[in-house]
Amino acid sequence: MKQAVTAAPVLRIALYEGAGSQPLAGAARAELLRALLEKGYAVTCVKPGAPVSSIFTGELLVLGQFDEEKPAEAEAADGKLALHFRQITGLDTSAVLDLVEQVRETANAAKPGGWKPWFPVIDYDRCTNCMQCLSFCLFDVYGVNTGGRITVQKSHNCKTDCPACSRVCPEVAILFPKYKSGPINGDVVKAEDMQREKMKVDISALLGGDIYAALKTRSADAKVRFSKERDEKRALEERKRCLTKLQQALDIPAEVMASLPSLEQIQSKAAAARAVAVD
Amino acid sequence: MTSARIIYCHCAYAQVVPPEVKQEVLRQLAESGTAFDAVADLCEMSARRDPGLKALAAEGGVKIAACYARAVRGLFIAADAPLPADGVEILNMRTDSAEQVIAALLTVGGKPIAPSANGAQILQEQK
Repeated sequence: MKQAVTAAPVLRIALYEGAGSQPLAGAARAELLRALLEKGYAVTCVKPGAPVSSIFTGELLVLGQFDEEKPAEAEAADGKLALHFRQITGLDTSAVLDLVEQVRETANAAKPGGWKPWFPVIDYDRCTNCMQCLSFCLFDVYGVNTGGRITVQKSHNCKTDCPACSRVCPEVAILFPKYKSGPINGDVVKAEDMQREKMKVDISALLGGDIYAALKTRSADAKVRFSKERDEKRALEERKRCLTKLQQALDIPAEVMASLPSLEQIQSKAAAARAVAVD
Repeated sequence: MTSARIIYCHCAYAQVVPPEVKQEVLRQLAESGTAFDAVADLCEMSARRDPGLKALAAEGGVKIAACYARAVRGLFIAADAPLPADGVEILNMRTDSAEQVIAALLTVGGKPIAPSANGAQILQEQK
């Protein structure tokens, strides 16, 4: 089960090595950074005279080898940013991680990590708003905004490691950044990717025509065969062979393949989404 | 001195970036003494629509060490924090070597960045 998006504040970390502090040794800095990142924290390395991103809101923990004692807690003048200062002189990486965890719990900040962020990303330079992704997705990840544009609205609903919607996109406009290969991972879309909606053709080729029609026909054939032969086992094996072939070729989870919607369901889903478009 | 901000993505929740590349980029960045923002995983931040992404995107020149440019731009758009069309350089740790990424991150106008004795960044004169 994926972790739902929570409203709890996020704790960010600044590793301060500016005026009034002593810099960490390079190797110690690298080790601490890696440990914090692998725990899921974002860390800003602050140096004098060098630009970093501004942080205006939320909870910010400032770690440093400070020359003078700092107040443990403070807040920005507008009250939108809570600041926590912690001295890390003499602490090893493990002790700093413990310190960070204590501050996170005190601040009631969200625990980072815990799920693989797997969800579709729409390349709007390619998307034609055809809604096939919305229609095809079994998990209601997609929605339509008030402008009538397709958007990813429930990313946490997405089934981990399922790239099915990107397979049906005729414009190769849906990415999964953590997918293993291109162009679904965001790699440049090549001419061969576009040969007659390549992904879709791949599916169709396996079934000998339009995927929806083919699946429907297969389903009907299977029913006829079943009724004629009363051979449930054979019908199931046929379906299993077909789904396994598709699943292996397209890297789509078996349970998704087994639940593909009908053409009628797809069309009605797209129409319904347009009717209840939200921003 | 004007130099781009640096953002490093650790892609902490998947094994798609070669670990030896990201670890080496992080090590060299950390040991270079330069300032930078390191995030655990841009995908995770995008899924949460983390307001931090707006801060990362909003302030002009930036170099991002992550993965494919199309994916990175898409992740920022998904978080309502689109990256500007200009002044953004995206380095791909899935395809490039650590040396290539570091070389691109730690140069400004073809000159390497290095910390001065007091910690402030200066441009090294190329010999």
